[in-house]
Amino acid sequence: MEYEPIIGLEVHAQLLTRSKIFCGCSTTFGALPNTHTCPVCLGMPGSLPVLNENVVEFTIRMALATHCQIAAISQFARKNYFYPDLPKGYQISQYELPLAEKGWVEIETQRGPQRIRINRIHMEEDAGKLIHDEFQPVSHVDFNRTGVPLIEIVSEPDLRTPEDAASYLKMLRETLRYLEICDGNMEEGSMRCDANISLRPVGTERLGTKTELKNMNSFRNVQRALEFEIRRQRALLEKGETIIQETRLWDTGRNTTVSMRGKEEAHDYRYFPDPDLVAIVIDEQWIERVRGSLPELPDAKRERFMRDYELPPYDAQVLTSSKALADYFEAAVQRFAQPKLVSNWIMSELLRELKKDEKDIEGCQVTPQQLAELLELIDKDIISGKIAKSVFQEMYTTGRSAAGIIDDQGLKQVKDESAIESVIDEVLAENNKEVELFRGGKEKLFGFFVGQVMKKTKGKANPKLVNEILRKKL
Amino acid sequence: MSAIMREKITRSEIRHVAKLARLELQEEEERLMTDQMNNILSYMDKLNELDTSAVAPTTHAIRLQNVFRKDQVEPSLEREEVLANAPQSDGASFVVPKVF
Repeated sequence: MEYEPIIGLEVHAQLLTRSKIFCGCSTTFGALPNTHTCPVCLGMPGSLPVLNENVVEFTIRMALATHCQIAAISQFARKNYFYPDLPKGYQISQYELPLAEKGWVEIETQRGPQRIRINRIHMEEDAGKLIHDEFQPVSHVDFNRTGVPLIEIVSEPDLRTPEDAASYLKMLRETLRYLEICDGNMEEGSMRCDANISLRPVGTERLGTKTELKNMNSFRNVQRALEFEIRRQRALLEKGETIIQETRLWDTGRNTTVSMRGKEEAHDYRYFPDPDLVAIVIDEQWIERVRGSLPELPDAKRERFMRDYELPPYDAQVLTSSKALADYFEAAVQRFAQPKLVSNWIMSELLRELKKDEKDIEGCQVTPQQLAELLELIDKDIISGKIAKSVFQEMYTTGRSAAGIIDDQGLKQVKDESAIESVIDEVLAENNKEVELFRGGKEKLFGFFVGQVMKKTKGKANPKLVNEILRKKL
Repeated sequence: MSAIMREKITRSEIRHVAKLARLELQEEEERLMTDQMNNILSYMDKLNELDTSAVAPTTHAIRLQNVFRKDQVEPSLEREEVLANAPQSDGASFVVPKVF
Protein backbone atom coordinates (compact mmCIF):
# COMPACT_ATOMS: atom_id res chain seq x y z
CA MET A 1 0.00 0.00 0.00
CA GLU A 2 1.13 3.59 -0.66
CA TYR A 3 1.33 5.76 2.44
CA GLU A 4 1.25 9.51 2.70
CA PRO A 5 3.19 11.21 5.53
CA ILE A 6 1.36 13.92 7.46
CA ILE A 7 3.77 16.26 9.20
CA GLY A 8 3.31 19.22 11.53
CA LEU A 9 6.10 21.20 13.19
CA GLU A 10 6.39 23.02 16.50
CA VAL A 11 9.16 25.57 16.31
CA HIS A 12 10.60 27.41 19.30
CA ALA A 13 12.45 30.63 18.58
CA GLN A 14 14.47 32.54 21.17
CA LEU A 15 13.69 36.23 20.95
CA LEU A 16 16.55 38.72 20.72
CA THR A 17 15.56 40.84 23.70
CA ARG A 18 18.22 42.25 25.99
CA SER A 19 16.51 41.10 29.17
CA LYS A 20 14.44 38.04 30.08
CA ILE A 21 10.69 37.79 29.56
CA PHE A 22 9.59 38.45 33.16
CA CYS A 23 12.65 39.99 34.87
CA GLY A 24 15.64 42.22 34.14
CA CYS A 25 18.27 39.47 34.00
CA SER A 26 20.44 39.50 30.90
CA THR A 27 19.78 37.05 28.07
CA THR A 28 23.40 37.06 26.87
CA PHE A 29 24.57 33.58 25.98
CA GLY A 30 27.66 32.00 27.50
CA ALA A 31 27.81 33.62 30.96
CA LEU A 32 29.09 31.66 33.97
CA PRO A 33 26.38 29.33 35.33
CA ASN A 34 23.68 30.98 37.44
CA THR A 35 25.07 34.52 37.14
CA HIS A 36 22.03 35.73 35.16
CA THR A 37 19.43 34.85 37.76
CA CYS A 38 17.25 36.66 40.27
CA PRO A 39 14.34 35.86 42.60
CA VAL A 40 11.84 36.03 39.69
CA CYS A 41 13.52 33.59 37.30
CA LEU A 42 14.59 31.37 40.21
CA GLY A 43 10.93 31.11 41.19
CA MET A 44 11.42 32.31 44.75
CA PRO A 45 8.26 32.72 46.83
CA GLY A 46 6.86 36.24 46.82
CA SER A 47 8.52 37.35 43.59
CA LEU A 48 6.31 38.62 40.79
CA PRO A 49 6.85 38.40 37.04
CA VAL A 50 6.36 41.54 34.90
CA LEU A 51 6.14 41.12 31.13
CA ASN A 52 8.89 42.56 28.91
CA GLU A 53 7.10 44.78 26.36
CA ASN A 54 9.53 43.89 23.57
CA VAL A 55 8.46 40.26 23.80
CA VAL A 56 4.93 41.31 22.86
CA GLU A 57 6.23 43.65 20.18
CA PHE A 58 8.44 40.96 18.60
CA THR A 59 5.66 38.37 18.70
CA ILE A 60 3.28 40.76 16.96
CA ARG A 61 5.94 41.22 14.26
CA MET A 62 6.13 37.49 13.61
CA ALA A 63 2.35 37.18 13.73
CA LEU A 64 1.96 39.87 11.07
CA ALA A 65 4.72 38.44 8.90
CA THR A 66 2.94 35.06 8.92
CA HIS A 67 -0.55 36.49 8.25
CA CYS A 68 -1.91 35.54 11.67
CA GLN A 69 -4.91 37.01 13.44
CA ILE A 70 -3.81 38.81 16.57
CA ALA A 71 -5.94 38.23 19.64
CA ALA A 72 -7.53 41.35 21.11
CA ILE A 73 -7.06 39.78 24.55
CA SER A 74 -4.45 37.20 25.38
CA GLN A 75 -3.34 35.66 28.62
CA PHE A 76 -0.52 33.65 30.17
CA ALA A 77 -1.11 30.22 31.68
CA ARG A 78 0.84 27.90 33.91
CA LYS A 79 1.95 24.60 32.46
CA ASN A 80 2.61 22.37 35.43
CA TYR A 81 5.24 19.66 35.49
CA PHE A 82 8.19 18.64 37.58
CA TYR A 83 11.60 18.68 36.07
CA PRO A 84 14.75 20.16 37.61
CA ASP A 85 15.26 22.67 34.78
CA LEU A 86 12.12 24.45 35.95
CA PRO A 87 12.52 26.06 39.37
CA LYS A 88 8.86 27.02 39.85
CA GLY A 89 7.36 23.63 39.05
CA TYR A 90 5.55 25.26 36.13
CA GLN A 91 6.42 27.01 32.93
CA ILE A 92 4.70 30.29 32.14
CA SER A 93 3.24 29.81 28.68
CA GLN A 94 0.03 30.57 26.83
CA TYR A 95 -2.74 28.06 26.41
CA GLU A 96 -6.34 29.04 25.76
CA LEU A 97 -5.62 32.60 24.70
CA PRO A 98 -2.43 32.69 22.60
CA LEU A 99 -1.33 35.99 21.12
CA ALA A 100 -1.83 34.91 17.51
CA GLU A 101 -3.73 32.25 15.55
CA LYS A 102 -4.69 31.14 12.07
CA GLY A 103 -1.85 32.32 9.86
CA TRP A 104 0.05 30.89 6.93
CA VAL A 105 3.30 30.97 5.02
CA GLU A 106 3.96 29.91 1.47
CA ILE A 107 6.80 27.53 0.67
CA GLU A 108 8.28 26.10 -2.50
CA THR A 109 7.84 22.34 -2.90
CA GLN A 110 8.29 19.82 -5.67
CA ARG A 111 4.53 20.05 -6.18
CA GLY A 112 4.78 23.80 -6.67
CA PRO A 113 4.14 26.55 -4.10
CA GLN A 114 2.14 25.36 -1.08
CA ARG A 115 0.45 27.32 1.64
CA ILE A 116 1.28 25.96 5.10
CA ARG A 117 -1.22 27.03 7.73
CA ILE A 118 -0.05 28.18 11.13
CA ASN A 119 -2.25 27.09 14.00
CA ARG A 120 -0.91 29.50 16.61
CA ILE A 121 2.01 31.56 17.86
CA HIS A 122 2.39 31.98 21.59
CA MET A 123 4.87 33.45 24.05
CA GLU A 124 6.56 31.49 26.82
CA GLU A 125 9.66 31.30 28.98
CA ASP A 126 12.59 29.01 28.28
CA ALA A 127 13.75 26.43 30.83
CA GLY A 128 17.20 26.06 32.39
CA LYS A 129 20.02 23.80 31.30
CA LEU A 130 20.83 20.46 32.89
CA ILE A 131 24.24 18.88 32.62
CA HIS A 132 24.24 15.25 33.62
CA ASP A 133 27.29 14.28 35.64
CA GLU A 134 29.48 11.69 33.99
CA PHE A 135 30.57 9.98 37.17
CA GLN A 136 27.83 10.47 39.75
CA PRO A 137 24.06 10.03 39.52
CA VAL A 138 23.50 13.80 39.71
CA SER A 139 22.76 16.70 37.36
CA HIS A 140 24.12 20.22 37.46
CA VAL A 141 21.50 22.93 36.91
CA ASP A 142 22.20 26.31 35.33
CA PHE A 143 19.23 28.69 35.41
CA ASN A 144 20.72 31.39 33.13
CA ARG A 145 18.43 30.35 30.29
CA THR A 146 15.38 30.12 32.54
CA GLY A 147 13.06 32.95 31.56
CA VAL A 148 14.68 33.74 28.22
CA PRO A 149 11.74 34.65 25.96
CA LEU A 150 10.56 32.15 23.37
CA ILE A 151 7.83 32.10 20.83
CA GLU A 152 6.35 28.78 19.82
CA ILE A 153 5.08 28.59 16.25
CA VAL A 154 2.76 25.64 15.70
CA SER A 155 1.93 24.61 12.15
CA GLU A 156 -1.12 22.69 10.98
CA PRO A 157 -0.32 19.18 9.68
CA ASP A 158 0.05 20.52 6.14
CA LEU A 159 3.54 19.25 5.35
CA ARG A 160 3.79 16.12 3.24
CA THR A 161 7.50 15.33 2.85
CA PRO A 162 10.71 15.79 4.86
CA GLU A 163 11.78 18.29 2.16
CA ASP A 164 8.59 20.29 2.80
CA ALA A 165 9.49 20.37 6.49
CA ALA A 166 13.00 21.62 5.77
CA SER A 167 11.75 24.26 3.39
CA TYR A 168 9.08 25.43 5.86
CA LEU A 169 11.73 25.66 8.58
CA LYS A 170 14.02 27.67 6.33
CA MET A 171 11.17 30.01 5.52
CA LEU A 172 10.47 30.58 9.22
CA ARG A 173 14.16 31.11 9.93
CA GLU A 174 14.49 33.58 7.10
CA THR A 175 11.45 35.49 8.32
CA LEU A 176 12.63 35.57 11.96
CA ARG A 177 16.01 36.86 10.83
CA TYR A 178 14.53 39.47 8.50
CA LEU A 179 12.40 40.70 11.40
CA GLU A 180 15.55 40.77 13.56
CA ILE A 181 13.75 39.02 16.41
CA CYS A 182 15.73 35.74 16.47
CA ASP A 183 19.16 34.76 15.16
CA GLY A 184 17.78 31.43 13.92
CA ASN A 185 20.80 29.39 14.93
CA MET A 186 19.59 25.78 15.26
CA GLU A 187 22.97 24.36 16.26
CA GLU A 188 23.17 26.72 19.27
CA GLY A 189 19.53 26.13 20.15
CA SER A 190 18.14 29.61 19.50
CA MET A 191 15.75 27.90 17.10
CA ARG A 192 14.42 24.43 17.99
CA CYS A 193 12.03 22.13 16.25
CA ASP A 194 9.79 19.24 17.27
CA ALA A 195 7.86 17.30 14.66
CA ASN A 196 4.59 15.38 14.71
CA ILE A 197 4.35 12.71 12.07
CA SER A 198 1.88 10.03 11.07
CA LEU A 199 1.19 8.00 7.94
CA ARG A 200 -2.11 7.27 6.24
CA PRO A 201 -2.97 5.28 3.13
CA VAL A 202 -2.94 7.56 0.08
CA GLY A 203 -6.45 8.70 -0.78
CA THR A 204 -7.85 8.36 2.76
CA GLU A 205 -8.82 11.21 5.06
CA ARG A 206 -8.51 9.80 8.57
CA LEU A 207 -5.22 10.62 10.31
CA GLY A 208 -3.06 7.76 11.58
CA THR A 209 -1.47 7.59 15.03
CA LYS A 210 1.33 10.11 15.29
CA THR A 211 4.67 10.15 17.03
CA GLU A 212 6.42 13.26 18.28
CA LEU A 213 10.08 13.67 17.36
CA LYS A 214 12.47 15.72 19.45
CA ASN A 215 16.15 16.55 19.67
CA MET A 216 16.83 17.51 16.06
CA ASN A 217 19.26 20.39 16.17
CA SER A 218 19.81 21.16 12.51
CA PHE A 219 17.82 21.39 9.28
CA ARG A 220 19.61 18.29 8.09
CA ASN A 221 18.66 16.33 11.22
CA VAL A 222 15.01 17.33 10.98
CA GLN A 223 14.94 15.95 7.47
CA ARG A 224 16.83 12.79 8.37
CA ALA A 225 14.74 12.10 11.47
CA LEU A 226 11.53 12.44 9.45
CA GLU A 227 12.88 10.21 6.69
CA PHE A 228 13.78 7.59 9.28
CA GLU A 229 10.44 7.83 11.05
CA ILE A 230 8.53 7.46 7.76
CA ARG A 231 10.45 4.24 7.05
CA ARG A 232 9.92 2.96 10.58
CA GLN A 233 6.18 3.64 10.62
CA ARG A 234 5.68 2.26 7.12
CA ALA A 235 7.46 -0.98 8.03
CA LEU A 236 5.22 -1.40 11.10
CA LEU A 237 2.03 -0.68 9.16
CA GLU A 238 3.01 -3.06 6.40
CA LYS A 239 3.46 -5.82 8.99
CA GLY A 240 -0.03 -5.03 10.28
CA GLU A 241 1.29 -3.66 13.57
CA THR A 242 0.03 -0.52 15.27
CA ILE A 243 1.93 2.71 15.84
CA ILE A 244 2.23 3.70 19.49
CA GLN A 245 1.60 7.36 20.22
CA GLU A 246 4.81 8.41 21.92
CA THR A 247 7.71 10.83 21.99
CA ARG A 248 10.86 9.69 20.23
CA LEU A 249 14.32 11.24 20.36
CA TRP A 250 16.50 11.58 17.30
CA ASP A 251 19.91 9.99 17.85
CA THR A 252 22.32 11.67 15.44
CA GLY A 253 25.18 9.26 16.05
CA ARG A 254 23.07 6.22 15.28
CA ASN A 255 20.76 7.79 12.67
CA THR A 256 17.67 6.49 14.38
CA THR A 257 14.79 7.60 16.60
CA VAL A 258 14.54 6.14 20.09
CA SER A 259 11.42 5.88 22.24
CA MET A 260 11.31 7.98 25.43
CA ARG A 261 9.68 5.62 27.85
CA GLY A 262 7.84 6.30 31.07
CA LYS A 263 6.24 9.62 30.23
CA GLU A 264 2.74 8.15 30.26
CA GLU A 265 1.35 10.67 32.71
CA ALA A 266 3.66 13.54 31.94
CA HIS A 267 1.31 15.12 29.43
CA ASP A 268 -1.25 16.06 32.06
CA TYR A 269 -0.06 19.65 32.42
CA ARG A 270 -3.09 21.00 34.32
CA TYR A 271 -2.92 24.39 32.61
CA PHE A 272 -4.64 27.29 34.31
CA PRO A 273 -4.47 31.08 33.85
CA ASP A 274 -1.48 32.57 35.66
CA PRO A 275 -2.88 34.86 38.36
CA ASP A 276 0.45 36.74 38.57
CA LEU A 277 0.12 38.16 35.06
CA VAL A 278 -2.65 40.39 33.78
CA ALA A 279 -4.25 40.18 30.35
CA ILE A 280 -2.56 41.63 27.28
CA VAL A 281 -4.91 43.82 25.31
CA ILE A 282 -3.78 44.69 21.81
CA ASP A 283 -5.75 47.25 19.83
CA GLU A 284 -5.73 48.08 16.12
CA GLN A 285 -3.51 51.09 16.72
CA TRP A 286 -0.79 48.97 18.25
CA ILE A 287 -1.01 46.42 15.44
CA GLU A 288 -0.84 49.13 12.77
CA ARG A 289 2.14 50.75 14.43
CA VAL A 290 4.03 47.44 14.37
CA ARG A 291 2.91 46.79 10.79
CA GLY A 292 4.32 50.15 9.80
CA SER A 293 7.68 49.29 11.35
CA LEU A 294 8.06 45.92 9.63
CA PRO A 295 11.06 45.64 7.31
CA GLU A 296 10.64 44.49 3.73
CA LEU A 297 10.00 40.73 3.94
CA PRO A 298 11.61 38.06 1.73
CA ASP A 299 8.69 37.76 -0.73
CA ALA A 300 8.43 41.49 -1.32
CA LYS A 301 12.19 41.84 -1.64
CA ARG A 302 12.33 39.03 -4.17
CA GLU A 303 9.74 40.73 -6.32
CA ARG A 304 11.47 44.09 -6.08
CA PHE A 305 14.81 42.53 -7.11
CA MET A 306 13.17 41.07 -10.21
CA ARG A 307 11.44 44.32 -11.04
CA ASP A 308 14.05 46.96 -10.21
CA TYR A 309 17.24 45.09 -11.05
CA GLU A 310 15.70 42.99 -13.82
CA LEU A 311 17.09 39.81 -12.28
CA PRO A 312 15.83 36.35 -13.22
CA PRO A 313 13.65 34.67 -10.55
CA TYR A 314 16.44 32.28 -9.58
CA ASP A 315 18.92 35.11 -8.91
CA ALA A 316 16.33 37.01 -6.90
CA GLN A 317 15.53 33.90 -4.89
CA VAL A 318 19.18 33.21 -4.01
CA LEU A 319 20.07 36.82 -3.26
CA THR A 320 17.12 37.35 -0.91
CA SER A 321 17.66 34.08 0.96
CA SER A 322 19.10 36.15 3.77
CA LYS A 323 18.78 39.82 4.56
CA ALA A 324 22.54 40.15 4.90
CA LEU A 325 23.12 38.72 1.43
CA ALA A 326 20.45 40.97 -0.09
CA ASP A 327 22.02 43.99 1.62
CA TYR A 328 25.44 42.93 0.31
CA PHE A 329 24.12 42.75 -3.24
CA GLU A 330 22.44 46.13 -3.01
CA ALA A 331 25.53 47.79 -1.56
CA ALA A 332 27.64 46.40 -4.41
CA VAL A 333 25.13 47.51 -7.07
CA GLN A 334 25.10 50.98 -5.59
CA ARG A 335 28.78 51.21 -6.43
CA PHE A 336 28.73 49.28 -9.72
CA ALA A 337 25.45 49.60 -11.50
CA GLN A 338 25.31 46.37 -13.48
CA PRO A 339 23.03 44.21 -11.32
CA LYS A 340 23.22 41.02 -13.35
CA LEU A 341 27.01 41.07 -13.38
CA VAL A 342 27.11 41.66 -9.61
CA SER A 343 24.59 38.87 -9.14
CA ASN A 344 26.66 36.47 -11.27
CA TRP A 345 29.78 37.12 -9.25
CA ILE A 346 28.01 36.77 -5.91
CA MET A 347 26.20 33.60 -6.93
CA SER A 348 29.21 31.90 -8.50
CA GLU A 349 32.53 33.03 -7.04
CA LEU A 350 31.46 34.45 -3.69
CA LEU A 351 28.87 31.91 -2.60
CA ARG A 352 31.05 29.04 -3.77
CA GLU A 353 33.90 30.15 -1.52
CA LEU A 354 31.59 30.79 1.42
CA LYS A 355 29.98 27.41 1.02
CA LYS A 356 33.38 25.74 0.93
CA ASP A 357 34.28 27.43 4.22
CA GLU A 358 30.78 26.90 5.67
CA LYS A 359 30.56 30.63 6.28
CA ASP A 360 27.73 33.15 6.01
CA ILE A 361 28.00 36.38 4.09
CA GLU A 362 28.52 38.11 7.46
CA GLY A 363 31.86 36.32 7.74
CA CYS A 364 33.06 37.41 4.29
CA GLN A 365 36.27 39.45 4.18
CA VAL A 366 35.47 41.00 0.80
CA THR A 367 33.26 44.05 1.30
CA PRO A 368 30.56 44.83 -1.28
CA GLN A 369 32.54 47.94 -2.21
CA GLN A 370 35.63 45.84 -2.88
CA LEU A 371 33.67 43.46 -5.08
CA ALA A 372 32.23 46.42 -6.99
CA GLU A 373 35.76 47.79 -7.48
CA LEU A 374 36.90 44.51 -8.95
CA LEU A 375 33.99 44.44 -11.39
CA GLU A 376 34.77 48.02 -12.35
CA LEU A 377 38.32 47.01 -13.22
CA ILE A 378 37.02 44.28 -15.52
CA ASP A 379 34.53 46.68 -17.03
CA LYS A 380 37.28 49.21 -17.79
CA ASP A 381 39.44 46.50 -19.40
CA ILE A 382 42.12 46.95 -16.78
CA ILE A 383 42.10 43.23 -16.05
CA SER A 384 40.57 40.32 -17.91
CA GLY A 385 37.64 38.35 -16.50
CA LYS A 386 39.88 35.34 -16.12
CA ILE A 387 42.51 37.16 -14.12
CA ALA A 388 39.75 38.76 -12.08
CA LYS A 389 38.81 35.32 -10.80
CA SER A 390 42.27 34.70 -9.41
CA VAL A 391 42.36 38.25 -8.00
CA PHE A 392 39.06 37.49 -6.30
CA GLN A 393 40.51 34.36 -4.71
CA GLU A 394 43.29 36.49 -3.26
CA MET A 395 40.82 39.12 -2.04
CA TYR A 396 38.71 36.44 -0.42
CA THR A 397 41.57 34.94 1.54
CA THR A 398 43.42 38.15 2.45
CA GLY A 399 40.67 40.79 2.51
CA ARG A 400 42.90 43.07 0.41
CA SER A 401 41.58 45.34 -2.33
CA ALA A 402 41.67 44.34 -5.98
CA ALA A 403 43.77 47.34 -7.00
CA GLY A 404 46.45 46.49 -4.44
CA ILE A 405 46.68 42.87 -5.54
CA ILE A 406 46.83 43.81 -9.21
CA ASP A 407 49.62 46.32 -8.60
CA ASP A 408 51.66 43.93 -6.47
CA GLN A 409 51.43 41.07 -8.88
CA GLY A 410 51.64 43.17 -12.04
CA LEU A 411 48.38 41.78 -13.35
CA LYS A 412 47.24 44.86 -15.20
CA GLN A 413 46.17 44.18 -18.74
CA VAL A 414 48.78 45.09 -21.33
CA LYS A 415 47.23 47.60 -23.70
CA ASP A 416 50.50 48.96 -25.02
CA GLU A 417 50.38 48.11 -28.75
CA SER A 418 54.12 48.02 -29.26
CA ALA A 419 54.58 45.67 -26.30
CA ILE A 420 51.96 43.33 -27.67
CA GLU A 421 53.42 43.62 -31.13
CA SER A 422 56.83 42.51 -29.96
CA VAL A 423 55.38 39.49 -28.19
CA ILE A 424 53.49 38.60 -31.36
CA ASP A 425 56.66 38.90 -33.40
CA GLU A 426 58.36 36.52 -31.00
CA VAL A 427 55.53 34.02 -31.26
CA LEU A 428 55.47 34.13 -35.04
CA ALA A 429 59.24 33.72 -35.23
CA GLU A 430 59.14 30.69 -32.96
CA ASN A 431 56.35 28.98 -34.89
CA ASN A 432 57.38 29.18 -38.53
CA LYS A 433 55.68 25.98 -39.49
CA GLU A 434 52.31 27.01 -38.11
CA VAL A 435 52.59 30.42 -39.81
CA GLU A 436 53.05 28.72 -43.16
CA LEU A 437 50.16 26.33 -42.56
CA PHE A 438 47.95 29.26 -41.58
CA ARG A 439 48.87 31.25 -44.64
CA GLY A 440 48.25 28.10 -46.66
CA GLY A 441 44.61 28.19 -45.53
CA LYS A 442 44.53 26.47 -42.14
CA GLU A 443 42.52 29.29 -40.56
CA LYS A 444 41.88 27.30 -37.39
CA LEU A 445 45.44 27.95 -36.26
CA PHE A 446 44.52 31.55 -35.40
CA GLY A 447 43.41 30.43 -31.97
CA PHE A 448 46.73 28.71 -31.46
CA PHE A 449 48.61 31.99 -31.98
CA VAL A 450 46.31 33.84 -29.61
CA GLY A 451 46.93 31.16 -27.02
CA GLN A 452 50.69 31.44 -27.39
CA VAL A 453 50.58 35.23 -26.97
CA MET A 454 48.42 34.91 -23.88
CA LYS A 455 50.77 32.33 -22.46
CA LYS A 456 53.76 34.59 -22.93
CA THR A 457 51.96 37.52 -21.32
CA LYS A 458 50.50 35.38 -18.53
CA GLY A 459 47.02 36.23 -19.75
CA LYS A 460 47.53 39.95 -19.37
CA ALA A 461 47.45 41.03 -23.01
CA ASN A 462 44.27 42.77 -24.05
CA PRO A 463 42.53 40.11 -26.17
CA LYS A 464 41.03 42.65 -28.57
CA LEU A 465 44.39 44.17 -29.38
CA VAL A 466 46.01 40.75 -29.70
CA ASN A 467 43.38 39.77 -32.27
CA GLU A 468 43.75 42.97 -34.26
CA ILE A 469 47.53 42.94 -34.40
CA LEU A 470 47.73 39.24 -35.14
CA ARG A 471 45.35 39.64 -38.10
CA LYS A 472 47.49 42.42 -39.46
CA LYS A 473 50.75 40.52 -39.06
CA LEU A 474 49.46 37.31 -40.54
CA MET B 1 -18.93 11.37 52.81
CA SER B 2 -22.66 11.47 52.62
CA ALA B 3 -24.16 9.11 50.12
CA ILE B 4 -26.64 11.66 48.81
CA MET B 5 -23.92 14.01 47.58
CA ARG B 6 -22.93 13.10 44.07
CA GLU B 7 -19.22 12.45 43.79
CA LYS B 8 -17.48 15.26 41.91
CA ILE B 9 -14.07 13.74 42.17
CA THR B 10 -13.19 10.10 42.67
CA ARG B 11 -10.56 8.42 44.83
CA SER B 12 -8.63 7.41 41.74
CA GLU B 13 -8.62 10.97 40.43
CA ILE B 14 -7.26 12.11 43.79
CA ARG B 15 -4.52 9.51 43.46
CA HIS B 16 -3.70 10.73 39.97
CA VAL B 17 -3.53 14.38 41.00
CA ALA B 18 -1.42 13.47 44.03
CA LYS B 19 0.97 11.59 41.82
CA LEU B 20 1.31 14.55 39.44
CA ALA B 21 2.00 16.79 42.46
CA ARG B 22 4.57 14.27 43.76
CA LEU B 23 2.54 13.74 46.94
CA GLU B 24 2.46 10.43 48.75
CA LEU B 25 -0.87 10.08 50.46
CA GLN B 26 -1.77 7.50 53.11
CA GLU B 27 -5.12 5.70 52.79
CA GLU B 28 -6.63 7.91 55.43
CA GLU B 29 -5.31 11.08 53.77
CA GLU B 30 -6.68 9.98 50.42
CA ARG B 31 -10.13 9.59 51.96
CA LEU B 32 -9.85 12.96 53.70
CA MET B 33 -8.71 14.72 50.50
CA THR B 34 -11.47 13.15 48.46
CA ASP B 35 -14.07 14.41 50.93
CA GLN B 36 -12.61 17.89 51.17
CA MET B 37 -12.21 18.27 47.42
CA ASN B 38 -15.78 17.13 46.89
CA ASN B 39 -16.95 19.73 49.39
CA ILE B 40 -15.04 22.45 47.61
CA LEU B 41 -16.35 21.39 44.22
CA SER B 42 -19.89 21.23 45.56
CA TYR B 43 -19.55 24.78 46.74
CA MET B 44 -18.87 25.69 43.10
CA ASP B 45 -22.43 24.57 42.40
CA LYS B 46 -23.59 27.21 44.83
CA LEU B 47 -21.62 29.83 42.87
CA ASN B 48 -23.05 28.50 39.65
CA GLU B 49 -26.52 29.47 40.83
CA LEU B 50 -25.59 33.06 40.02
CA ASP B 51 -26.65 34.22 36.58
CA THR B 52 -23.42 35.39 34.91
CA SER B 53 -24.64 35.22 31.33
CA ALA B 54 -24.16 38.97 30.95
CA VAL B 55 -20.67 39.01 32.49
CA ALA B 56 -17.56 38.49 30.38
CA PRO B 57 -15.24 35.76 31.68
CA THR B 58 -12.15 37.04 33.48
CA THR B 59 -9.11 35.56 35.12
CA HIS B 60 -8.61 38.44 37.56
CA ALA B 61 -10.63 40.23 40.17
CA ILE B 62 -8.78 43.47 39.47
CA ARG B 63 -9.32 45.51 36.34
CA LEU B 64 -5.74 45.83 35.26
CA GLN B 65 -4.24 45.08 31.88
CA ASN B 66 -1.04 45.61 29.89
CA VAL B 67 1.41 45.85 32.73
CA PHE B 68 4.81 45.86 31.06
CA ARG B 69 8.43 46.54 31.84
CA LYS B 70 10.96 48.12 29.48
CA ASP B 71 13.45 45.73 27.91
CA GLN B 72 16.32 46.81 30.16
CA VAL B 73 18.92 44.68 31.86
CA GLU B 74 18.95 44.97 35.65
CA PRO B 75 21.64 43.56 37.93
CA SER B 76 21.20 39.87 38.75
CA LEU B 77 21.88 38.31 42.13
CA GLU B 78 25.39 37.41 43.24
CA ARG B 79 25.92 33.73 42.61
CA GLU B 80 26.72 33.08 46.26
CA GLU B 81 23.28 34.38 47.14
CA VAL B 82 21.67 32.38 44.34
CA LEU B 83 23.11 29.15 45.66
CA ALA B 84 22.79 30.02 49.36
CA ASN B 85 19.58 28.02 49.87
CA ALA B 86 20.48 25.14 47.58
CA PRO B 87 20.37 21.78 49.36
CA GLN B 88 23.40 20.88 47.27
CA SER B 89 25.63 22.84 44.92
CA ASP B 90 29.09 22.71 43.39
CA GLY B 91 29.71 26.43 43.82
CA ALA B 92 28.53 27.20 40.27
CA SER B 93 25.43 25.10 39.68
CA PHE B 94 22.61 23.58 41.68
CA VAL B 95 23.18 19.87 42.08
CA VAL B 96 20.13 17.62 41.92
CA PRO B 97 19.54 13.87 41.76
CA LYS B 98 19.82 12.68 38.19
CA VAL B 99 16.52 12.48 36.34
CA PHE B 100 16.27 9.68 33.73
